[in-house]
Amino acid sequence: MSRDNDLVICPVCDSLYRVNAADRTRPARCGQCGYRLVLGKPDAIASVVGMALAAAILMAVVVFTPFLQLTAGTFTSRASVLDVVLAFQSDIMVPLSISVLAFIVLLPLARFAFLTYALMPAVFDRAPLPGAAVSLRWAFQLKPWAMAEIFMVGVAVALVKLSGMATLTMGPAFWAFVAVVLLNAYGDALMCRTTLWSAVSKPRP
Amino acid sequence: MSNNIMVRRIKAAPVITARAAGLVGCQICGKVTQLGETRCPRCYAKLRSRDGHSLQKVWAWMIAGLIAYIPANIYPMLITTQAFQRQEATIVGGVIDLIHYGSYGVAAIVFIASVLIPVGKFLVIGYLAWILRRPHKLDPHRLHLFYEIVEFIGRWSMIDVFVVAILVALVRFGILATINPGIAAVCFALSVVFTMLAAQSFDSRLIWDRIKRG
Repeated sequence: MSRDNDLVICPVCDSLYRVNAADRTRPARCGQCGYRLVLGKPDAIASVVGMALAAAILMAVVVFTPFLQLTAGTFTSRASVLDVVLAFQSDIMVPLSISVLAFIVLLPLARFAFLTYALMPAVFDRAPLPGAAVSLRWAFQLKPWAMAEIFMVGVAVALVKLSGMATLTMGPAFWAFVAVVLLNAYGDALMCRTTLWSAVSKPRP
Repeated sequence: MSNNIMVRRIKAAPVITARAAGLVGCQICGKVTQLGETRCPRCYAKLRSRDGHSLQKVWAWMIAGLIAYIPANIYPMLITTQAFQRQEATIVGGVIDLIHYGSYGVAAIVFIASVLIPVGKFLVIGYLAWILRRPHKLDPHRLHLFYEIVEFIGRWSMIDVFVVAILVALVRFGILATINPGIAAVCFALSVVFTMLAAQSFDSRLIWDRIKRG
């Protein structure tokens, strides 16, 4: 039954397929529902890991450097990303502050960590670390809840709202965040399920 | 079962489902095992050949989302204090303000993210759950497209909550001008989370299982 390792389902409609090593090199869609089963990027693993590491490092810049500065006449107010997170301080709103922290910092960071842990050994042709598959599963499952790119659109909207009444200055954290969002989008575009999952399920030598 | 993968959409060849082959596939990693296994042997995700309670969960989360969406629109999202004058703005009020300032593009983004997407999402999820309660004769590709759109776009509603957070953090000029968050921000965030959970509870395999034959 060793050939069963080539069996794959379409997660959308449950159709069954056999995907061998040669099939992983070209894009393919499910014949029933059109879901993109294979993105055909067998070399993407190193890029995904590189993206995750770079984004994780930039995240430190995001958290610890100034984000935005607002100047109106002689008055100046500065906000870091943590100030933004702490916007909902009053009693009943505290859970919202915690959620915002998770959506824009913790969950994206967790995804970068899970991806690195699961896929790094594959880059160096080593056997996967224990728990690599579970780690990769979390990277996929957390995807909808990591909202860095949505936050960035929110920043753009807020900046336009404020541009009339005050002068805005962007700090290093702002540009680092832009870079995190771009890296993340690039990495997600390369996350071919078939390729990544076959990387973590290689038998140990 | 010697079904080779089909490149691009080839509609002619009939496909076999894992369930029909006596197998169950993992919806996270795609691994296929014998029907009856409860956990994926590779990634340890829960395996369900079909989620029998899918539509119940969809309705439950969606109703929760609707309930949270009502106060999100009634109560203020932003409370601005400028030179001792207190001004409260709801979601729609904020959009109208933006139109007055002439920022039509931003007004459109906020309106789409905070009004069109949530309302559209309630309608589309409700429609899918209603249609799929029994076999249907509709084009499954169209239903699938609706589902994909809802799943993809739902999280973008969170924009307005982030806008509030940024404004509150930045506009802190003491008595000159201060912005505080209103309780609607919490309700709105809850509504977005609930509808995201509604979309995730939806078992898309129903679309293909419940096609009326003949």
